[in-house]
Amino acid sequence: MALYSEKVMDHFRNPRNVGVIENADGVGEVGNAKCGDIMKIYLKIENDLIVDVKFETFGCGSAIASSSMATELIKGKPLSEALALTNKAVAEALDGLPNHKLHCSVLAEEAIKKAIQDYYEKNGIEYDETKFPDCENCSHCSSH
Amino acid sequence: MRRIYLDNAATTKTSKTVIKATLPYMEEIYGNPSSLHSAGQKAAEALANARNTVAAYLDASEREITFTSGGSEADNQAILSAAAIGVRKGKKHVVSTAFEHHAVLHTLEKLKKQGFEVTLLPVSENGLITAKQVENAIRPDTCLVTVMYANNEIGTIQPIAEIGAVCREKGVIFHTDAVQAVGHLPIDVQRENIDMLSLSAHKFHGPKGVGALYVRKGIPLTGLIEGGAQERGKRAGTENIPAIVGMAVALEEACKNRAKSSEKLKKLRDMLIDGLSKIPHSVLNGDREKRLPANVSFCFEGIEGESLLLLLDDKGICASSGSACTSGSLDPSHVLLAIGRVHDIAHGSLRLTLSEENTEEEIEYTIEAVKEVVAYLRGMSPIWRDLMNGKKEFIIK
Ligand SMILES: Cc1ncc(COP(=O)(O)O)c(C=O)c1O
Repeated sequence: MALYSEKVMDHFRNPRNVGVIENADGVGEVGNAKCGDIMKIYLKIENDLIVDVKFETFGCGSAIASSSMATELIKGKPLSEALALTNKAVAEALDGLPNHKLHCSVLAEEAIKKAIQDYYEKNGIEYDETKFPDCENCSHCSSH
Repeated sequence: MRRIYLDNAATTKTSKTVIKATLPYMEEIYGNPSSLHSAGQKAAEALANARNTVAAYLDASEREITFTSGGSEADNQAILSAAAIGVRKGKKHVVSTAFEHHAVLHTLEKLKKQGFEVTLLPVSENGLITAKQVENAIRPDTCLVTVMYANNEIGTIQPIAEIGAVCREKGVIFHTDAVQAVGHLPIDVQRENIDMLSLSAHKFHGPKGVGALYVRKGIPLTGLIEGGAQERGKRAGTENIPAIVGMAVALEEACKNRAKSSEKLKKLRDMLIDGLSKIPHSVLNGDREKRLPANVSFCFEGIEGESLLLLLDDKGICASSGSACTSGSLDPSHVLLAIGRVHDIAHGSLRLTLSEENTEEEIEYTIEAVKEVVAYLRGMSPIWRDLMNGKKEFIIK
């Protein structure tokens, strides 16, 4: 199908980093089943470095591809870099997403931020809350 | 790579006989049926013959058949014509159902903006409505009842003859969108008391972009396209003769083979339903008995339909889904919501619609492929993990 780029299809067909990390240092889940996509990111963090990352996704082709690409982009990177990852960077790394699928890359960015936030919370590390998505009042469903 | 086409409700392969029959109307008999010369008159003759064929199939008379560009146009014209009659009589209420095709639903939306009231009957969990529901919904100001013959997503066949009888008794015009039924089920507009009926050729191995509207004698049609006097002034534009001839040939072919084909399709359909039912936490959409011979529709808990379709496509299987991602809108299919599937479940839907070309071997392959892909997607689904861990309750038991 020509709906997606070759890159998207590659990451969709052969998703990288699928799975679960037991006793992960940070876990972030965003989206909801009602809208048709949920992403869950698991992080293993050592000395502010993401030493391992896994994901689980319920969603369309671009949601799975966005999760896969996003995990590749932050694997082995310091937290500061992972926090700076934008949905745009994810979409660009996939050679673009159709307009009505851009929210999938937004979900990937938010899932990573949420997992890092979870890590901060668990370890009592102070952080700037305004830099994180407000998932309680998530507008994802009405925005795509 | 092999290709197994299981999306015949979306459209069908044009039959070889049809293609052969249409070619002469481009190569030799290409005259305009409105022209007086012999080249035109030959085309006019073909047009008349095609009209007779369509009329005969429905047990209508040829004057009651108007050719259109397809099912959507026929639906629009039928509803807007009945509405225009309603306006003249001061009747501005329409009864329909929640799971009609958008060609009907969006036209009804248009009527609402013009001050009409529309009652959309709720559909039962097995995808059926009753004549009683229709009877109870009809009011003194009802000008039209429009109920689809068979649903395009879940394949359920409505009790059209019973609904027709109710409408006849109440003196209300009855339209049915029979786009999914024509060529696949026997239809008799007299016996079933149908006043208006829409059909589309590409759903029964005819060409795309051509259809017809049957309208009972005495019910005036409103034209949607202004121009020449074609179709007795009700549909301007030079007739698409090759397509119209193709439609008639496709209909004849479908009728000739219907009994045999229907038997074969039902066997394949039931085999597919039985096979897919074995997937845990899956559910068949639509009544098991009152359904089109070629329709299979399922929901699988814990997965999303678009990724399912893409992976099936990689295995050579062409299918369709009612998930939001495939519909290009926020919500999953209104049909699945209408039969009470919650959003989470409706996103995981799969429609497989057969044709006579499919084989048992293909069905076996498809069952295995669907099983494999569903298991694979569930393996990476956080919802599925929660369901398996008991953190969430299964909706489909
Ligand atoms: C039930 C139903 N009505 C109407 C239509 C529209 O028909 P067409 O594509 O010929 O406009 C379709 C097919 O898409 C259909 O399945």
